[in-house]
Amino acid sequence: MSKLYYTEDHEWLSVDGDTATVGISTYAAGQLGDVVFVELPEVGKTVKKGEDIAVVESVKSASEIYAPVSGQITAANAALEDAPETVNEDAQGAGWFFKMTISDAAELSGLMDEAAYAEFTKE
Amino acid sequence: MAMNSTGRPTAPTGDGLCPDDLKTFSGSRGLMQQEPLLHEVGAPEKCGVDLPDVPEHTARLGGLERDKTIGLPGLSEPEAMRHYVRLSQRNYAIDLGLYPLGSCTMKHNPRLNEKLARLPGFADVHPLQPQSTVQGALGLMAELSDWLVAITGMDAVALPPKAGAHGEWCGMMCIRAAIEERGELDTRRRVLVPESAHGTNPATAAACGFEIDELPADATGRVDMEILRTKIGPDVAAIMLTNPNTGGLFERDIREIADLVHEAGGYFYCDGANLNAIMGKTRVRDLGVDAMHINLHKTFSTPHGGGGPGAGPVVLSKRLSNYAPLPYLVRNGDGWALIEEATQSEAKPFGRMSAFHGQMGMFVRALAYMMSHGADGLRQVSEDAVLNANYLLARLSEEMSPAFDGVCMHEALFDDAFLKDTGVTTLDFAKAMIDEGYHPMTMYFPLIVHGAMLIEPTETESKESLDRFADSLLLLAKMAKSGDTARFTAAPALAPLRRLDETRAARTPVLRWKATDA
Repeated sequence: MSKLYYTEDHEWLSVDGDTATVGISTYAAGQLGDVVFVELPEVGKTVKKGEDIAVVESVKSASEIYAPVSGQITAANAALEDAPETVNEDAQGAGWFFKMTISDAAELSGLMDEAAYAEFTKE
Repeated sequence: MAMNSTGRPTAPTGDGLCPDDLKTFSGSRGLMQQEPLLHEVGAPEKCGVDLPDVPEHTARLGGLERDKTIGLPGLSEPEAMRHYVRLSQRNYAIDLGLYPLGSCTMKHNPRLNEKLARLPGFADVHPLQPQSTVQGALGLMAELSDWLVAITGMDAVALPPKAGAHGEWCGMMCIRAAIEERGELDTRRRVLVPESAHGTNPATAAACGFEIDELPADATGRVDMEILRTKIGPDVAAIMLTNPNTGGLFERDIREIADLVHEAGGYFYCDGANLNAIMGKTRVRDLGVDAMHINLHKTFSTPHGGGGPGAGPVVLSKRLSNYAPLPYLVRNGDGWALIEEATQSEAKPFGRMSAFHGQMGMFVRALAYMMSHGADGLRQVSEDAVLNANYLLARLSEEMSPAFDGVCMHEALFDDAFLKDTGVTTLDFAKAMIDEGYHPMTMYFPLIVHGAMLIEPTETESKESLDRFADSLLLLAKMAKSGDTARFTAAPALAPLRRLDETRAARTPVLRWKATDA
């Protein structure tokens, strides 16, 4: 059973054991507007928490995607390169960006759960 | 009905009403004529000029002769002329109306400048002419340099940069050269850039090989000093700061920021894009600046935004003067000489960044502007620019939501809080301004303000012009709040083209014309 976390940079992580699937939240996709370009991290790359490793570009702006935790990239969603609109259509499903291993599970404790994130984005 | 003797009605007939969605057969909208691409107007088999037949000859291109036609369209002179005049009629320009594009300082280009730039002695010189034949032009460059140095209080000026970002690159390369000479290029890696900066600032620092470290803003929209102090260290190469910043606010702690960076051994690059707010009021030198570009096409009224090339001279502190790029001017007896080669130079120029010495036509226009205003006039330019922005800030605050409290400098910044729950976005609001006959303000920038609208009227506008603009915006804001969303989401309705599909343009751009049958 996977568990869902959110970061303050509006990324979501679906954690299953020591691996995570990462994308941007539905809220963030709505704020960005139509996504027109996605740059994905290199598979096999070792990343540190907070490092900028991907880019999402919309008609409004270009934003960096940060590694939500430390680990190694195991897969990238190449389908987004040809169909960046998937990020708007299904941000927390088919619009995932990359999968990674988690090298330090303790880093997850600083992240938000669904309820905390809903509170975080409430204005 | 009144008739003249030939039966022609002399007063309007009918009720004068026309269907709202009138579609014409030609695709033109009255005097706003439909205009296809040149390729669609002309045809390869047509030719607008008489050319002699090519005489018998032997090709000497060693087998590299073109073996296919390139398909360029031929056009008659009136076809070509009409094409460009029609396109120009669809353009919005400072000569047509108020151009409130924040951070761009779209001010009137005085016709006196144009007249002087067309004097043959300036307009017809060639950059490869012997220097002895262009002493007047070189003298003008020297005089312009003196004015730029006097206005900023700095030690030297590099004239070659062709635009703001080119100027940033010039200044940052001087900083890089200074760090390299100190033997610290491997250790001084970080450049501090505020989140609200022009995108060109981090891009320039990255292009010069530095790492970017973002500085967040505090609640007042200025550099957060607490966080700045934690980021200062021996690995800081420079800070890049705009003052007033892109929120239209004066960075009150700028002296302290400069001192902190200098004490840590770094340099202070100032983005001069907003010089129009402080010219003659604040001496750049006194702020502790090491390098700053000056956009002649903003502050000094040379044409801007498709109207002509830019020019971004860079003023330098004593610490950086030695690294200014080639070519540069020196005194030569009673006249002037350009130092073109590093071997002729007593300094340590970081190199050459363009073929020649800069945009001569822009230099003439900028100096004409300075001399026609004089020192007191230039000071008043800044005063009026700031006054105009604050007048709009005050009037528009009746219906719109300012991003920050208090007075502003030369631009007024609003967020989209006043549009909350209306179903109208900043983009829709901007498009509705087109229907009102205005160029939209800068939108969604700076990035730190949600749905930002950045309005810079400049000193060009009279009170009457500002009032007309404010009246239109206030009525639009009221309309949005009253629930008339269609007027916004469908805007522009009255422009030559309706709303463009930016998403499709970004996802599947068509970057060049291709023959359909090729």
